[in-house]
Amino acid sequence: MGKAMLEVKNLKTKYVTRFHEDVYAVDGVSFVIEEGKSLGIAGESGCGKSTLALSMMGYYFPPLHYMSGDIIIDGKNISGMDPDTVRKTILGTEIAYIPQAAMNALNPTQRIIRFIEDVVRAHDPKKDKKEIRDMAEARFAELGLPPEALMKHAVELSGGMKQRTVIAVSTILNPKVLIADEPSSALDVTSQKMVIKMMRELMEKGYIKSMLFITHELPLLYNVTDDIMVMYAGQIVEKGTAQQMVFDPVHPYSHGLMKSILVPEEGTRGHKLTAIPGAPPNLKRPPDGCRFAERCKYATADCRYTSIPEKAFEGDRMYRCLKGVEELKEVYGE
Amino acid sequence: MSEEARVQKDFTNAPLCLSGKGVTKIFGFGNRRTVAVDHVDFEFHEGEFVSIVGESGSGKTTLSKMLLGLSNATEGEIFFQGKPRDISSGKKKREYWKGIQAIFQDPFSSFNTFQKIDTVLLDCIHMRGGKNLSKQEKFDMMTEACHFVNLEFRELTNKYPFELSGGQMQRLMIARIFLLKPKILLADEPTSMVDACSRATILDMLLNLRDEIGMTIIFITHDIGLAYYISDTVYIMEHGKFVEYGKADEVILNPKAAYTKRLISDVPKIHEEWDLSTVDLKAE
Amino acid sequence: MKNTLRQVFHSSKFVGGFTIFVLILLTMIIYPLFNPGNPLQQIGVGTFAKPGTYVNLYDATKAPTETFRLEDAAEKRMANSLSEEDKVAMVEWFTAVEADISDLDTSDTDKMLEMWEQYYDPTVKPKGMIRAKINYYKRLDNALKELGSGDTVIIADKDETGALVETKKILDTDYVNTNAVANVKSLPLGTDNFGRDVLKELVSATGTSIRIGLIAGIVATLIGLTLGLLAGYVGGFLDDFIMFITNIFTVIPGFVLLILISYSLGQEQRGAAVVATVIGFTSWTWTCRSVRSQVISLRNRDHVNLSKLSGHSLFRIVLTDILPYIASYVVMAFILQVSSGILSEAQLSLLGLGPKTTEVPTLGLMMNWAMLYSAHTNGSWWAYFPVILTITLISFSLNLMNTGLDQVFNPTLRD
Repeated sequence: MGKAMLEVKNLKTKYVTRFHEDVYAVDGVSFVIEEGKSLGIAGESGCGKSTLALSMMGYYFPPLHYMSGDIIIDGKNISGMDPDTVRKTILGTEIAYIPQAAMNALNPTQRIIRFIEDVVRAHDPKKDKKEIRDMAEARFAELGLPPEALMKHAVELSGGMKQRTVIAVSTILNPKVLIADEPSSALDVTSQKMVIKMMRELMEKGYIKSMLFITHELPLLYNVTDDIMVMYAGQIVEKGTAQQMVFDPVHPYSHGLMKSILVPEEGTRGHKLTAIPGAPPNLKRPPDGCRFAERCKYATADCRYTSIPEKAFEGDRMYRCLKGVEELKEVYGE
Repeated sequence: MSEEARVQKDFTNAPLCLSGKGVTKIFGFGNRRTVAVDHVDFEFHEGEFVSIVGESGSGKTTLSKMLLGLSNATEGEIFFQGKPRDISSGKKKREYWKGIQAIFQDPFSSFNTFQKIDTVLLDCIHMRGGKNLSKQEKFDMMTEACHFVNLEFRELTNKYPFELSGGQMQRLMIARIFLLKPKILLADEPTSMVDACSRATILDMLLNLRDEIGMTIIFITHDIGLAYYISDTVYIMEHGKFVEYGKADEVILNPKAAYTKRLISDVPKIHEEWDLSTVDLKAE
Repeated sequence: MKNTLRQVFHSSKFVGGFTIFVLILLTMIIYPLFNPGNPLQQIGVGTFAKPGTYVNLYDATKAPTETFRLEDAAEKRMANSLSEEDKVAMVEWFTAVEADISDLDTSDTDKMLEMWEQYYDPTVKPKGMIRAKINYYKRLDNALKELGSGDTVIIADKDETGALVETKKILDTDYVNTNAVANVKSLPLGTDNFGRDVLKELVSATGTSIRIGLIAGIVATLIGLTLGLLAGYVGGFLDDFIMFITNIFTVIPGFVLLILISYSLGQEQRGAAVVATVIGFTSWTWTCRSVRSQVISLRNRDHVNLSKLSGHSLFRIVLTDILPYIASYVVMAFILQVSSGILSEAQLSLLGLGPKTTEVPTLGLMMNWAMLYSAHTNGSWWAYFPVILTITLISFSLNLMNTGLDQVFNPTLRD
């Protein structure tokens, strides 16, 4: 087992609405990413995956509030730090975060090199421009990005190139963890492929030590990350390697999700998609029992009232269901 | 959804429902002239499930607006049921719109948030000439339509569309189509904003619409995997032109055009290796 | 809808503005009930009577008296009649006779008089003092002596022979209960240049000005909304044409246009309603522009397309699919138009181009009158300052309401 780069223990965060109601968006999430590994988080919109990414940075501003739990990056606990300290000492060097619309965050009046100067100087104010320039050029060359892009303005770059540039800028200080929240969803397939290739190179060349990749596109997740976690209503319902999760899901929700994958491959036309009726529960008042029970075909009365613990099986795998693994596999087989 | 429906049917001899010759749309003049749709020909048959696949900016939405008669073609002609389409006056347009209806991408902006669900559905009945039906008959029709999309009409009365989830709203849109029973349904990325689980439900319902009412469905999407799964015929669009079209199996499993090949190879898959080695990061 | 209202009344800014505005409206309704009558009635013969309570002297002499011996009565009387000018003159005398004035406090009348007695000597003629000044000091001394003497005021009447006969003696210890005096007039804000009660006039003027603002707002919003909806939704040639007109109106400063129209109408034609309509007619342009841009962004929304596909008429689409979406925006624009309408009226009237002066008071007219009679140079602050304060309060409350609404309806401004 490798060294743990990012460890999250029982993290709970909430949103407070305009009418002072609490929405428990992340409710007791724990996981570990080891050095050199990448983890994917899948789930439908509103399941808390983007909130989890925001919470993990330790950078809280209203309406998001921290409740409890630990976030440990390479042995350093950053939970409960005040946002200013987090911004100065954690972001950029320990964690880098890339949201979906990152490319729109570039100020169109500045050259790309300026953003790199900003990032570097936030942590080392003494570094001079020449040094930073050399460093940036070397990094762009290593990643196969055109170094000319450094002297361009954001408006001169295409959407895909902008997104790749943003990733290069935010990883310039070799962060230990890269959190990417749907980094390629707004792009067309060709640009998406380039973004993915670049993130892979960052990992392979050791510029980032571990990666957390969030998307709702399962085929993409399968091709990018080592492990996959499925989130539902603020909790993790199943975790395993990408291979296991896509071809051998255990939890009824992830089973439904994996059976809805559509790819242009022979045989896809024949298979029947699993439709899951209903909608996720309201997270203002999460149900006591299994959160998926209302939509689950196999749910019993017990499921609705017993709180379901995370259950480990087959070594590293984990799932959250009252039923046994064999029992579930048997039902799916029918 | 019956298993036979998934068998590739041959539509070449079926009667034409919507076809076009040299349909072109040009925006702007002089230097700012952009050709959004460039002399496309197409033939959609009755009962056919057609997908138009293209990336953003390929002109698929512009084409759909022209098919719907919401904007006029700069050049070329569109034929409805074999006859040239005439939408020159408001009255003729209204007549045409009895034959073609649409479902749009964003369910949240597809509904007037100030109108109740009853109003939306009643409107459809009135459009089909059901103004003089009794209250009970109208209620039965609406219940039937909601039942078709797995919704309970009694629970929806006096509710506003924004009280529903995205998936439910999109299903309500299908209920609307069920009441209107048009000849053609144009679905413009109806599943791109709903969750994977709701997506399966919606696709199922579209197939049911086609099978039960015999509608022609024109499905516009950027997702080639989805197009392959659902459609009989696939049109691949690039820069305002159809680069390839044909039966879904032939086009997807054995693509001829370079663009189609690239599109398919760029999509991540689960059984085949996703080849990243050829990607050049220097490209724009 | 209910939820929106709840949110609106959750906004402290809106509630603040709304409260001020409602208080102003309530005053407008309630005050005339207590103080009825024509607000333009000239009650005073002179100009600019100071704010205060006026007791009818004739009635006061006839009222039954009570005798009170109050210790500080004489001192107060003297302090009241000793003007600032006299005090300055006294200090000047003290300096002339080289008295020690290092710790003299001019507000302490007692001490001043004491020193006056000590240092004033009519026989002394300070060096360099002119004769007139010396005579002035003599008169001042006599007046001061009289004040302190406690003389009685005698009221006399002529008898049959024409000789004066004392009928009543008023002592300096006589007091009259104000309730026993038949005529007491309270003028909290005094009178204006025509001798009219300023407070009564102000309340009436506020009402007229708000009405002018409302009419101007309604006219501007109606024109702007109609043209904006047409230009935005129909587009094409109609859009170009309407935008051409709008641009012309925008390029010519609205206020200049307003002045020209008001001037050419002539004094006789300018009633309050006419002025309000003219103001509305010159200020619709930006409502039109912003409604148009909102409609253009709505025009391509899917629900409008679906409504078209359902075969609805243009009128119905605009009314049910577009108007409700911009309603909150139009309400905000309307509030601003009302506020700017009130200000425009004030500006116009200040230039003398406001409504006819004989019928109704408006806030602008009150300022115009005060300025014409130099209230600002002769220190009659009560004739114009309350007016300015009222205008400020009205437009402050309206703008506050608007900001509150903006925060509720514009999600990017939410905290």
